[in-house]
Amino acid sequence: MSLSVAPLVVSLIVTNRIRKYVRTSILKHWEQPLKYALFLSVMLFAAEVIFSETEVIKWVWHAYLIAIIVFALKQDELRLLRMFIVAFIPFELFSLLGDLTQLINDSFFKDHENYFNNATGFSFFWMAAILYSQNRQFKAAEKERIKRQHEDELNRAIAIRKVELEVLVAERTSELTEQKEELENALDELRATQTQLIQSEKMASLGELTAGIAHEIQNPLNFVNNFSEVNAELIEEMQEEIEKGNMDEVKALAKDIADNEQKIKHHGKRADAIVKGMLQHSRSNSGIKEPTNINALADEYLRLAYHGLRAKDKSFNVTMETHFDKSIISVNIIPQDMGRAILNLITNAFYAVNEKNKLQRDIERSENRQGLPPYQPTVSLRTSRISPTKGVAGKVKISVRDNGNGIPQNALDKIFQPFFTTKPTGEGTGLGLSLSYDIVKAHGGELKVDTNEGQGAEFSIILPV
Amino acid sequence: MKILVVDDERDIQTLFEQRFRKEIKEKSMEFAFAFSGEEALTYLNLHEHETVLILSDINMPGMSGLELLRQIKEKYLKPPPVVMIITAYGDAESFDKAKQLGADDFLTKPVDFTYLKEKFKQS
Ligand SMILES: Nc1ncnc2c1ncn2[C@@H]1O[C@H](COP(=O)(O)OP(=O)(O)O)[C@@H](O)[C@H]1O
Ligand SMILES: [Mg+2]
Repeated sequence: MSLSVAPLVVSLIVTNRIRKYVRTSILKHWEQPLKYALFLSVMLFAAEVIFSETEVIKWVWHAYLIAIIVFALKQDELRLLRMFIVAFIPFELFSLLGDLTQLINDSFFKDHENYFNNATGFSFFWMAAILYSQNRQFKAAEKERIKRQHEDELNRAIAIRKVELEVLVAERTSELTEQKEELENALDELRATQTQLIQSEKMASLGELTAGIAHEIQNPLNFVNNFSEVNAELIEEMQEEIEKGNMDEVKALAKDIADNEQKIKHHGKRADAIVKGMLQHSRSNSGIKEPTNINALADEYLRLAYHGLRAKDKSFNVTMETHFDKSIISVNIIPQDMGRAILNLITNAFYAVNEKNKLQRDIERSENRQGLPPYQPTVSLRTSRISPTKGVAGKVKISVRDNGNGIPQNALDKIFQPFFTTKPTGEGTGLGLSLSYDIVKAHGGELKVDTNEGQGAEFSIILPV
Repeated sequence: MKILVVDDERDIQTLFEQRFRKEIKEKSMEFAFAFSGEEALTYLNLHEHETVLILSDINMPGMSGLELLRQIKEKYLKPPPVVMIITAYGDAESFDKAKQLGADDFLTKPVDFTYLKEKFKQS
């Protein structure tokens, strides 16, 4: 009797094939049982060799192989291997049929043994052919699978990279947001500082004005006091005249009293207006444009600035010229703002002529230049209309001219910059012109400068009407 | 006695005319008014020998009271008019300057008219 080599080979091929398959898929838990199956095949063969019981074990082989085939076909998870497993069926059927025939009718089997052997051999080859082609397909599929696995790995790597990048982007974004917030905070602080600076510049100019204001108020108050004292005297006199029955005299006195009353009222109002002006200057800006008498506004600030400077520097003296175009009745402006802009120009002009005056006095003294006309510091304030031309609306011009030393060419393009000043600390903030420029700009106007070095300067505010 | 009052405030005229109405009526005092230093000089050129007393504010646009004082003391020598200087700022610097230029008196605002009357009568 021959040993069952074929069943051993078949069982080994089948179990090994299934093992290979499950190893590469999610069916890893099948691996262990399949190892036992392999082991079982080997044990069966060993039993045959040891006990020479081929007749009995032959049937065990059949049962074992059929069991494997049926089991494998039934498993849904192994459906991809079905074609492969089916390839073993003819071989098993023919060898089983041969063995059964031999068992039932040995002589019939002996007569037709070569048929059976041929059929079994044929089915074995058929199985081999199928296995071969299956194997090729499987290898191709495996290749494809590996390729896909690579792709998957690549995709996964890309996905990981993407996630990393996203994290990086998120980090950057939050960094940027933080930086943006910091910048915004810095900007807010800057704005606050700017407001503070503007406020302190305003207060500084208010300080300059206070002396002027005090002086300006002093005169009308003196008049109010004096006229009311005079009126008290006149009333007394009038009573005397009434007693005397001197009615003509009484009437004359009554008229004087009434006239004086008018003066009192007038000067009271004048003081009132000055105080109001001062309050307006210090009050935070209403920001509302209103029809304003430019001539009166400019004149008021000229006087205030003059007295302000006088109070600080007793030796200061200047000829002030005013040329007001009386046809300009009112212009729509924010009076506090425009007042400050004009005031800045006037204080600058006063400063310029005063500086030149000091210098000039020193020169005159040192050179003893008698006979030469002395330097007369002069500041002139002028308002005028610029009549409309084709396509250009009419405008109003307010100019402040001085005969100081003018502005050197190299400073000319800097004077409107904030903090640019040529004055010693405490005397200049360098904010006057830049603020004036902003104010005029906000009114849709222009601030121009015209200067001749050594001769003087003229600043003009040109406003649309 | 003729007095020239120099001040850029026009109501000074009315005030003086009322304050000294009795003296004016009695013709013991006569007033003239100028509203700037320049105007004062023009007036003095025309009425040189009539004016005995000049009362001037320091603080005026254009020619200041001190400059007026200097010119008066330089040019109008015989007989030298009395010049009284008034200022709103009672500061030592103006006072010294006025004294140095030959001012006869120095007053600060608000002017005390009773005191002024006394001064006028003395001179
Ligand atoms: N009328 C003027 N004549 C000569 N220089 C002037 C005149 N106005 C302005 N300047 C120059 O412009 C500079 C800036 O002026 P401003 O912005 O008002 O600041 P501040 O007056 O505080 O110096 C001055 O320091 C001065 O050098
Ligand atoms: Mg300035």
